[in-house]
Amino acid sequence: MSPPTISAAGPSPRAPSHAADRTFRWAALLAAMSIFVLIGLVGWELYAGSRLSIQKFGLNFLGSTTWDPVADQYGALPFIFGTLVSSLIALAIAVPLGVATALFLTEMAPQRIRQPVITVIEMLAAVPSVIFGLWGIFVLIPWLRDHFFQWLKSTLGFLPLFQGPIYGVSMLAGGIIVAIMILPIVTSVSREILRSVPNLQREAAYALGATHWEVIRIAVLSYARRGIFGAAVLGLGRALGETMAVTMVIGNRPDIKASLFAPGYTLASVVANEFAEATTDLYLNSLFELGLVLVLLTVLVNGAAQFMLRQLAGPGSGKIA
Amino acid sequence: MKKLLGLAVFAALLTTVASARLLINGAGATFPQPIYTKWFDEYSKVDQSVRFNYQGIGSGGGQNQILSETVDFGASDGPMSDEKLAKAPRTLWHIPTVAGAVVISYNIPGAPKLKLDGPTLAGIYLGKITKWNDPAIVSQNEGVALPNDDIVVVRRSDGSGTSYIFTDYLSSVSGEWLSKVGKNTSVNWPVGLGGKGNPGVAGLIKQTPNSIGYVELAYAIQNKLPYADLKNATGHYITPSLNSVTEALASAKIPEDFRFSMVNSPGEKAYPISGATWLLVYQQQTNPEKGRKLVEFLKWAYTEGEKLAASFDYAPLPENVQKRVLKRINEIAY
Repeated sequence: MSPPTISAAGPSPRAPSHAADRTFRWAALLAAMSIFVLIGLVGWELYAGSRLSIQKFGLNFLGSTTWDPVADQYGALPFIFGTLVSSLIALAIAVPLGVATALFLTEMAPQRIRQPVITVIEMLAAVPSVIFGLWGIFVLIPWLRDHFFQWLKSTLGFLPLFQGPIYGVSMLAGGIIVAIMILPIVTSVSREILRSVPNLQREAAYALGATHWEVIRIAVLSYARRGIFGAAVLGLGRALGETMAVTMVIGNRPDIKASLFAPGYTLASVVANEFAEATTDLYLNSLFELGLVLVLLTVLVNGAAQFMLRQLAGPGSGKIA
Repeated sequence: MKKLLGLAVFAALLTTVASARLLINGAGATFPQPIYTKWFDEYSKVDQSVRFNYQGIGSGGGQNQILSETVDFGASDGPMSDEKLAKAPRTLWHIPTVAGAVVISYNIPGAPKLKLDGPTLAGIYLGKITKWNDPAIVSQNEGVALPNDDIVVVRRSDGSGTSYIFTDYLSSVSGEWLSKVGKNTSVNWPVGLGGKGNPGVAGLIKQTPNSIGYVELAYAIQNKLPYADLKNATGHYITPSLNSVTEALASAKIPEDFRFSMVNSPGEKAYPISGATWLLVYQQQTNPEKGRKLVEFLKWAYTEGEKLAASFDYAPLPENVQKRVLKRINEIAY
């Protein structure tokens, strides 16, 4: 995701006396730099907007579980928890599904099926967030509540994750909605990665007598794992910031509960929900600080992902991450 | 291409013509936005030299923008706090426009008509009354079959004037609510699922068996939701309606500065969970031309505009309040 650096271009064989070359170089540099400027400005604006609450609460803001606009007491922990948990649920569902779809499309599907499936997945990416939310409330939630969650409770109910009353709207429902929303990006990036695996790899494996599954496992997946990890990171980035659809199905309760059936709340949702009617300065500042926390969380998660990616040594292209 | 160009020129011309009209900017509450929009639209036929631009950015935004004088008038669903009002550079007036009510909707088998009183409602929202067949509910609803099921409490997740009126009411009927939770556009709810906006809450109620929640009266009427009769301050069970809201306004104690709460109003026919919405206007206008036009508009709004309120499911101000407001408008200086 990092912007390409200019220095790699190297000196051209002819002396770079052409004005066009120079102009292009500077224009490209400017474009690359503008990203840093933009992020810097966003960060500064969020910091400036949240100064009051940073002064008042300090680090307690991150650890406190109280969110009480009447008493002017604010803490971010339930929202951080909700954001991370719902995003992890989304990843746990979307990555296997997305990679499997991508494998099917690149390794197995006949040509005439391939294009329709790709088109449908891309259409999924074009559906507005709020539509997913409405569909979530009126279609997904009743089904989850009356069938899927009941089944989960009766089969896996011994786990604390699947205990307690079932309302339908819940952390799990939020995760499932986000999973559907990040599925297109995970699938299409994985597909590009898998397509970039050289055919030589596959042919070599076949030559060794490998079965179709073994070819996929040994030659394709192990070659592409870094790229697929990158696809998951891109998906995670989207999941962390997802707002509208999540707020409609997650229940919007700033609680930290072990059960995935319990309602939760996310950073992005609470900002969207409460910003317009925030009347005191400290309230407004605390909402700004939630935004700052979300940006830092995203940076942190991406940083950790980059680190893990480097640990994951392999011949795969680091194309995406 | 030529056609497109022509269109662009035409559009540019239109905007210049339009901008020749005096533009008065306002921002704030979303609850009264439909009626305000109607007023501005109707008024543009009365006075063609002025144009109103209203942004429904929320009460908090409306208060901040009028305080920093980036708009010509603000709008808010709750009166401003003393602390906030003290930040105003000059005298800032609250002018009530219309009132609305909050109704209690529910989803129980057979959709019977329910009767509830304030302490019961507070008990439900405090998480103390957890079953539909709790004696507190059964005793008020003789002959109604109430299920032996947990009550699923639903409330707004977004900050809103609706929540302000509702929590204002609960604070006025329950000391425990007042001390533990309090009133605001959003509060630290002891129990309940949050739905975004009236549609979000109504959707959750419709989709969740044995749920209870609160929505705006206008929204409930337009979407034909079932709602409960509430016991008012005089002990009568009142069906929420525009008339019972205007009754509540007529009997509410309204101070000189118009910053009032009308929940649990003492009128015999008054519905108890109702609230007004306000425009925020400086007593001393800085731009004489805009000030004059604004006052003219406000006078029109309180004579002609109020008549349109009921058709948009807002309760108009009763005559005694209208007179007081008109007197205040006449004191705006420009």
